[in-house]
Amino acid sequence: MNTNCLEVEGLWVKYGFHNALEDINVRIKQDSFVAIVGPNGAGKSTFLKVLLGIIQPTRGQVRINGQNVKKVSPSLIGYVPQVKTMDRSFPALAIELVLTGIKHSWPWSSDTNTREKAYKALEQVGAEHLANRPLARLSGGELQRVCLARSIVREPKLVMLDEPATGIDTVGEADMYNLLEEYQRYSRATILMITHDWHAATHHADAVLLLNKKQISFGPPKEALNEDYLRQAFGHIGHTHTLKFLMNSND
Amino acid sequence: MIEVIELPFMQRALIGGVLVGFLASYYGVFVVQRGLSFLGSGLAHAAFGGIALGLLLETEPRWVAVPFTLMVALGITWVKEKTAVGGDTAIGIFFAISMALGIVFLFLRREYTADAFTYLFGSILAVTWTDIGITALIAAITGLFSSSWKRWAYTSFDRELAQSDHLPVRRDDYILSMLVAITIVVSIKVVGIVLIAAFLVIPAATARIVSTTFRRMTILSVVLGMLSAIMGLWISYYLDLPSGATIILLQALLFFVALFTGATLLQKS
Repeated sequence: MNTNCLEVEGLWVKYGFHNALEDINVRIKQDSFVAIVGPNGAGKSTFLKVLLGIIQPTRGQVRINGQNVKKVSPSLIGYVPQVKTMDRSFPALAIELVLTGIKHSWPWSSDTNTREKAYKALEQVGAEHLANRPLARLSGGELQRVCLARSIVREPKLVMLDEPATGIDTVGEADMYNLLEEYQRYSRATILMITHDWHAATHHADAVLLLNKKQISFGPPKEALNEDYLRQAFGHIGHTHTLKFLMNSND
Repeated sequence: MIEVIELPFMQRALIGGVLVGFLASYYGVFVVQRGLSFLGSGLAHAAFGGIALGLLLETEPRWVAVPFTLMVALGITWVKEKTAVGGDTAIGIFFAISMALGIVFLFLRREYTADAFTYLFGSILAVTWTDIGITALIAAITGLFSSSWKRWAYTSFDRELAQSDHLPVRRDDYILSMLVAITIVVSIKVVGIVLIAAFLVIPAATARIVSTTFRRMTILSVVLGMLSAIMGLWISYYLDLPSGATIILLQALLFFVALFTGATLLQKS
């Protein structure tokens, strides 16, 4: 039986003459929590978009649950985009955003069962009181919770998050990790999270994928984020004292 | 008031105005929400190039304007999608090329170009049953595409989320651009090239101010588009004003009323 949730073999993504990703090879087991770490422009979001089927790889294979990405049902994947990139001026209520997680399109109307399912997902993330609030009136942390509810409402086997802690306060961030871990406990889903926070990667993830266009390291956080690998990934900003300070904070 | 409806040209103007009001205000919600308000102006000016070519070729100008505007709409969408050139820049370039071509075509005609002015400023009272038939056909096609509202709305909210749900976002972009282009061409006789962009933008922008959901915005925009066409036509008849301009001014009035009252109401709710 295949216990790998995600298999990436020889993945390359090129934009013209520019390589966004070079020869990525990872196998991620079901029920694991993987943090994707790397400097700005390292190809982290590109990697996630390949897994979501938004960007076509130039070369290589990507399989989710043994299937080609394009053939995987979107219901198996819960995606939480960067909250700061979302259009909050769009006229919508929080509950409608959660409903897109069930309907895979924008809801014109919805039956009672579907709405109850959406309310339940909001309740799971402690955001049921936000259901009928316009997106424009949600704080960053509140919108993050609603997006999380949207992703888990379809009970996905793979949850992907793009910098989920950006724009939310420390308490909101801790809540979000608790919610993610709670969801993972009962669903046995795999979680893939892009983060700039090494501390969060060390404390919450089982494994870290360190990227800088190339795959620098992949493994348990303490091994994948050792000084040599970090210098390779962040070399251009790798002042000794900065790296030491960040690594000590990991301990 | 009732006797006005008995006049055959007013009957045609009312039906034409309502149909154009429906089409422009329906597609307007996607145009406004995607930040493509300039697209309306761009395609209207592209239609001018097509109309001028039609006049030069001495054929029905709109039969030439439809493929001409469609090609421009597809060109803008292609450049926006495939190159690093931004949407507004792509629209600006095609806008200028179409206008320049239109001027050259009119110059080559070397005849009095009164017809061109009819298309520039519109003439709702000259709407024929054939015009109404064509506009009704486009409204029927829009009805056939009504199930696309859910996908177009989702993409208007967040393109990446829609793509992650495997929606055919690119194909939908082309379909939407083509339907907006055709709507503009069939609306030209009612409001004219100069004002059609406003017909596309103002009802949707007004609805946006007072709506908390995209569904409500769509319904309200369509109601405003159709009502303003009827009311504007009546006002223009009684005050002896140009009908297209009167409709747009009425829509603008409603926009400012919504801006100063609706926003306050939403803030309080």
